[in-house]
Amino acid sequence: MMRVRRGVAPVAAFVLALVSAFGAPAVPAQGNAVDEIAKYRAALQDGNPAELWEARGADLWKQKRGPKTASLEQCDLGLGPGVVKGAYARLPRYFADADRVMDLETRIVWCMVTLQGFSEADAKKGPFGGPDRKADMEAYVAYVTSESRGVKMNVALDHPKEREAYRLGEKMFYFRGGTHDFACATCHGEDGKRIRLQDLPNLTQTAGAQKAYTTWPAYRVSQGELRSFQWRLNDCFRQQRFPELVFASDASIALTMFLARNANGAAFDAPAIKR
Amino acid sequence: MQNTRRQVLKSGGGLTLFALLAAAGWLKPGDAAAQAWNKGAFEAKSLDEAVKAVGGGTPAQSKDIAFVATPDIAENGAVVPITIASALPKTESIAILIEKNPNILAASFDILPGTEPSIGTRVKMGQSSNVYALVKADGKYYVASKEIKVTLGGCGG
Amino acid sequence: MADPMKIRANVVGDSTEVKVLMSHEMETGQRKDAQGKTIPAWFIQNVTVAHNGKPVLNAQWGPAIAKNPFLSFKFKGGAKGDKIEITWVDSRGEKRTDEAVIA
Repeated sequence: MMRVRRGVAPVAAFVLALVSAFGAPAVPAQGNAVDEIAKYRAALQDGNPAELWEARGADLWKQKRGPKTASLEQCDLGLGPGVVKGAYARLPRYFADADRVMDLETRIVWCMVTLQGFSEADAKKGPFGGPDRKADMEAYVAYVTSESRGVKMNVALDHPKEREAYRLGEKMFYFRGGTHDFACATCHGEDGKRIRLQDLPNLTQTAGAQKAYTTWPAYRVSQGELRSFQWRLNDCFRQQRFPELVFASDASIALTMFLARNANGAAFDAPAIKR
Repeated sequence: MQNTRRQVLKSGGGLTLFALLAAAGWLKPGDAAAQAWNKGAFEAKSLDEAVKAVGGGTPAQSKDIAFVATPDIAENGAVVPITIASALPKTESIAILIEKNPNILAASFDILPGTEPSIGTRVKMGQSSNVYALVKADGKYYVASKEIKVTLGGCGG
Repeated sequence: MADPMKIRANVVGDSTEVKVLMSHEMETGQRKDAQGKTIPAWFIQNVTVAHNGKPVLNAQWGPAIAKNPFLSFKFKGGAKGDKIEITWVDSRGEKRTDEAVIA
């Protein structure tokens, strides 16, 4: 009866009053969806929560931790012990002391083991944070990558193992498998592809490859977390219904090598912010 | 004055102590943060209820309230950037209400003297909805609205 | 102990522009965990900003403010070197105060 409808009337009155003042319901002059989304992305640039991870990473980097009670300040990321600035733009690369090609995360794991005394298993544990748990690794990645902001990507293929990693990564990029017979190239091998409203970068073209690689890590709004390139690859594998891409595995390094090298020449522009 | 004191005393020792400390200047600006939180308004389940709970009654529409650089489409409703600027003289407060949210009142800002009546923040939107900017200026309430569409992108990016 | 806020305060003309990023879950109380249990609401309820000890902004927030909140506003006056102090108090009664200097 009247009682049931009482809740509805006041709301209707308020909205009616608003509508009647403006005439027909205000339909904003909408540019096309792509423009508005570009506006949305631009509006998020100022005040990137990634800065919170950068600050935490910078702190943790200097903290004495692990069985050896040492900090990561002497970690050699490729430009010499203690040099963080510009290091990410040269990764992945061959490291003589490990006799293998390493990306940022594998190199951090290496430093956590050799400098701080952690076991490799412990250093690789829980690399991706969630609602209950902050991941130190993501903080380290945010900090180290922030020190390469503005630096031109410059991944070398001087060493045979670097070339081998690149070739393997390229093979992986085109390898079709899984329940959907997907390859990376299925979504990222042509211009103009998209999933719902998400435009997909063409990673086989320089411009696409550059834009994609130089904007990770990023604060991923939908995750509410700072996500690294290792995370991005891991999540792609999940979406392709592939077996898990193991964190800091040779396969993950090879694929990263392929994609990082293809981004050479572009200025690194992360940590960024994405939806 | 006697009556007010009795009322204050009746409402609980904590409030009295707070008031005394504030009067004695023992509270720093940070402590003032332990102040009222309009539970009724923040838990209101309808737009009308929320507006009434902040004291709005029936606000008048105003073209002097603008959504500045606020996109029409939010790629992810978890973070929707909104900036509201009021050109109404003597703006005292700005509140943000999201019609289709389970929590309709998102925030209320007291614009203290000397502060510009413009606030930028980020809200969560559960779905495409009208967003209302409720402004109190010179003792009266005004409102403007904007529709913001919320969409989920695909995977990646 | 919550992570520190990132506060930027800059002189712009005859005003000071304050932009702050806070680290907070801003849990709405609507979400459920993997076991189906509702994750309790936990969010910043009050924010105060003071310039050299004088309040310039008070805010009451609900859980509809986005996670890792961002706030931006301007006030008249303020000079390089002045102190900006920001405090938040959340629904658990936890609080955090951070300071910055106007650049």
